[in-house]
Amino acid sequence: MALLEVRDLHTSFFTDAGEVKAVNGISFDLERGKVLGIVGESGSGKSVTAYSVMQILAGTGKIVSGSIKLDGQELVGAGEKVLKDVRGNKVSIIFQDPMTSLNPTYTIGKQLVEAIRLHTNRNKKEAWERAIEMLRLVNVNEPEKRMKQYPFEHSGGMRQRVMIAMALACEPDILIADEPTTALDVTIQAGILELMKDIQKKIGMAIIMITHDLGVVAQLCDEVIVMYAGGICEQGTADEIFYNPCHEYTKGLMRSIPTVKSAGTKLQPIAGTPIDLLNMPKGCPFAPRCDAAMKICIREKAERMQINEDHAAACWMNVRKGVE
Amino acid sequence: MSSDMNFKNTDPIIEVEHLKEYFTISTGFFQTKPLKAVDDISFSIREGETLGLVGESGCGKTTAGRAILHLYKPTGGVVKYRGKEIRTKQDIENFRKKATMVFQDPYSSLDPRMTVADIIGEPLDVQHLYKTKAERRDRILELMDHVGLNSEHAARYAHEFSGGQRQRVGIARALAVNPDFIVCDEPVSALDVSIQAQVINMFDELQSKMNLTYLFIAHDLLVVRHISDRIAVMYLGRMVELADAGEIYDRPLHPYTKALMSAVPVPDPKVARANKRVQLSGEIPSPLNAPSGCPFHTRCPYAKDICRQSMPEFKEVETGRFVACHLVDEVN
Repeated sequence: MALLEVRDLHTSFFTDAGEVKAVNGISFDLERGKVLGIVGESGSGKSVTAYSVMQILAGTGKIVSGSIKLDGQELVGAGEKVLKDVRGNKVSIIFQDPMTSLNPTYTIGKQLVEAIRLHTNRNKKEAWERAIEMLRLVNVNEPEKRMKQYPFEHSGGMRQRVMIAMALACEPDILIADEPTTALDVTIQAGILELMKDIQKKIGMAIIMITHDLGVVAQLCDEVIVMYAGGICEQGTADEIFYNPCHEYTKGLMRSIPTVKSAGTKLQPIAGTPIDLLNMPKGCPFAPRCDAAMKICIREKAERMQINEDHAAACWMNVRKGVE
Repeated sequence: MSSDMNFKNTDPIIEVEHLKEYFTISTGFFQTKPLKAVDDISFSIREGETLGLVGESGCGKTTAGRAILHLYKPTGGVVKYRGKEIRTKQDIENFRKKATMVFQDPYSSLDPRMTVADIIGEPLDVQHLYKTKAERRDRILELMDHVGLNSEHAARYAHEFSGGQRQRVGIARALAVNPDFIVCDEPVSALDVSIQAQVINMFDELQSKMNLTYLFIAHDLLVVRHISDRIAVMYLGRMVELADAGEIYDRPLHPYTKALMSAVPVPDPKVARANKRVQLSGEIPSPLNAPSGCPFHTRCPYAKDICRQSMPEFKEVETGRFVACHLVDEVN
């Protein structure tokens, strides 16, 4: 049994303009100790997927149907008591913006101790020691001094390390990282990614890495899910996704990013504009932007097809290839 | 763009000599301190060339771009446009007809109360570039056509557009005065990957069509590598290296450039796994308390006494290749 099993998850936001199906029937497994990358453009539903697992959706958002099982325990419809135990204890999350995720009016130490005491029965002194130990783990120098400082006294990279320390303090089984390095500079980003990889090896937790940056995915992830318009278009091991993409959207993404070798050539952008979730097309959501779109793509959504053991995609092109 | 290398024989269109931009920061009651955002940088850009300017946040790359356009009054140094120094108010005014800027954030750089036609037309109004209303309208439609916007969009407001389309509006506005030099300040950073490529290609096409010269400021090194002919690297207000785009990526000479290039997340799992990163210790110091000597010495793995004591000169070590490092021969 996988650590996390998501089955046919539908999450919608009920706005004045209508129902926005942010996540539209996705299923995936996450094994213990694996790093899963979820990539996609803004509005593809990658963050909403993570927030659904944590059940920290904003006011108008709701899980409409589906199942999320953590270690065999159903989380959809579970009571607040169960969820409280899950959040922070079994699943932790770090956010994109380390500038706003910390409370500016409390010291780093107070915030770390609070998080630790909330989830464990350590006393104040033990929690303080644990916090220092965690800061050391994430390579914060002089942790004793840092504990007494306020967030504004730390740089962006430092703050993100503090967030990671807080997220890991209760040794969660899953760490969800929602664009953890997008707001950081490249050299700082490289440090944080390396740190996450190291800690992951040391503690053996699973990571869900949400990002739009394929470079970050290549660096860190064992498995990759590519999302578009609330659905999964392709899913497989990192090598399969990068070297053998089988969905026209993934192929388009790979062609459109500048690489070391692309200088002097033209990039091949994906045509059109991102999809409007309020006006979803009937067939494949990517069909209006797809160069290879066929009649069936506009008429009917493609089902998920297994390409090989490590790889699945939902694209009619694969059916066509099979027939030919 | 690298594909047409004609600019190699052209004259420099912009020359920057010892440019300085200091801001005064209040540090207490009646106490101030200069923040050296840009400290003594020199370079030139040839006509038709794209010069990439990279560095981490706070390194002064945006300030450099703005100081060159005289959006800030430079504290010191000289900017020359086509060999002529920009000094008087009249010089600046004339310069602004030839040099414009594209901003990073297409969400906040466009006035939400103006229609697209007015946003693009405003520079025309300011610079009195038309005689009749019809002429103004034709010019706006022509500009919209250049950047791939539909003429039906003219009467709409910015909020009705996606990020990529907004950036097109911003570019059309920058093109309105018929410039030959454009400072592009992180023009694709706020865009989704699939849209980024459209805009990058458009920059390319416009450049060859209108013979534009770009100063392309960005932190995404793969984007800069793709679009630039040469790349300049800044650190703490100073320029540390300047070289051909391919060279600086494949064979960086300055220790900071080495670290920067090795930190780029390459979208290729096999390369990423094999990649050995140059580890930098510590964090970027505050520009208010810049270290003595070489600004990079606090994080440099090779630093020696000389680096702590004296500022290395930004000098040409190979033809067309500038590095500011005392130990450049030792390190490489």
